[in-house]
Amino acid sequence: MKPAPFDYRRPGSIAEAVQILAGEPNAKVLAGGQSLVPLLSMRLAAPAMLVDINAIPGLDAIEVEDGGVRIGALARHAAVLASPDVRRVQPLVPMALAHVAHATIRNRGTTVGSLIHADAAAEMPVVLSLLGGSVDVDGPSGRRTIPASELYVGPLESSLHHDEIAVSAFFPALAPGAGVAFQELARRHGDYALVGAAALVEGESVEVGYLSVSDVPTVVDLSGVDDADLGEAALAQLEPADDIHATAAYRAQLVRVLTGKVVRSAREWADQHAEGAR
Amino acid sequence: MSEELHDVRLTVNGASHEIRVPARRLLSDALRHDLRLTGTHVGCEHGVCGACTVLVDGEPMRACLMFAVSAVDHEITTVEGLTHADGSLSPVQQAFAECHGLQCGFCTPGFLTTITAGLRDNPQPTHEEARDMIAGNLCRCTGYQNIVKAVERAAELGSEARTSTTGGAS
Repeated sequence: MKPAPFDYRRPGSIAEAVQILAGEPNAKVLAGGQSLVPLLSMRLAAPAMLVDINAIPGLDAIEVEDGGVRIGALARHAAVLASPDVRRVQPLVPMALAHVAHATIRNRGTTVGSLIHADAAAEMPVVLSLLGGSVDVDGPSGRRTIPASELYVGPLESSLHHDEIAVSAFFPALAPGAGVAFQELARRHGDYALVGAAALVEGESVEVGYLSVSDVPTVVDLSGVDDADLGEAALAQLEPADDIHATAAYRAQLVRVLTGKVVRSAREWADQHAEGAR
Repeated sequence: MSEELHDVRLTVNGASHEIRVPARRLLSDALRHDLRLTGTHVGCEHGVCGACTVLVDGEPMRACLMFAVSAVDHEITTVEGLTHADGSLSPVQQAFAECHGLQCGFCTPGFLTTITAGLRDNPQPTHEEARDMIAGNLCRCTGYQNIVKAVERAAELGSEARTSTTGGAS
């Protein structure tokens, strides 16, 4: 349970990091490392080089911008979860973060790292996808913005190029009158979810994002569906899979149950906060 | 071809240490093998069990999920650093002894560090909060009941200590 040897670089700027990445196609970026280090220790990954971005100043910012909140690549889950700005601008982010592993892991793990790790069993990629957020990446040809809809291409695979580095993620603000909710079922709190669901309800629009159901975070549009049919309508657009943690049939049942619950709960959230605003 | 070594300065329990290690040296191994601070235990080595939990700038983190080369610029506290300077037990350690919060003791260092930080942030936890505080640490002996009792006892000891140092003034 020890990682294979790798070269190690600790750049002091994003430009330096990008330059290093350009020279080593088999490099991985190390931020919090809470997903990467287990993969290295179990030798499921053996990159030639780690580029540790922890010494780059300014990457841990959490800033409210027009229309949303921007989270820097070194902002730890714990800091994002504790941020009153994030909670005010987009409450779905802390709702979901409370389910990301355990507090000890959240102290080191980064939200942007989790987004780029692109695990379909993780909470934050689903939240970014549901909200229509984006990730800003820096590379040899400059900075570009990748919308969540183009970020996830396969299991544990994002559309970042090997010489690009994610510098921040943007989560759009919750619109006035809209509601959000997050629920998941795990064997133990803090474990990977067997199935999780996040809902965004905005007027007539109803969307639900799912984790641990497909290979990639999946968002389903359920606008106009009768409440009683929500689960079946979602399943018509999903193909739950078997693995050692749960059968496909059990996952389908969880989708049926959780879909109705999160949609209801998102509506309640919207109602409560609409009353509070009056 | 030999592996590249890095000079790393680690600050552990207030003391500065210079070690020369490969980049892949886990912080947990650096503490145990290079610094001979064997109080930090290594269980699962992939972040699940919590036995290797140390405080990094006061916050609990898994030593097995950090590299020593990446732990520079931080103040690290291990279980050895929890004991008072005169060798007496900290409130959390005292509470574990009183409440039979350990049997084999393998998981204990990770619980002690986690609870020390947890009670610093929340000195008077409810029963549910006490349980939640230790949710990321595994123990295979005790069934957790006595560890939860130890969290609550440590909170009492902490509050008694604060009362006595302030002369009972409230």
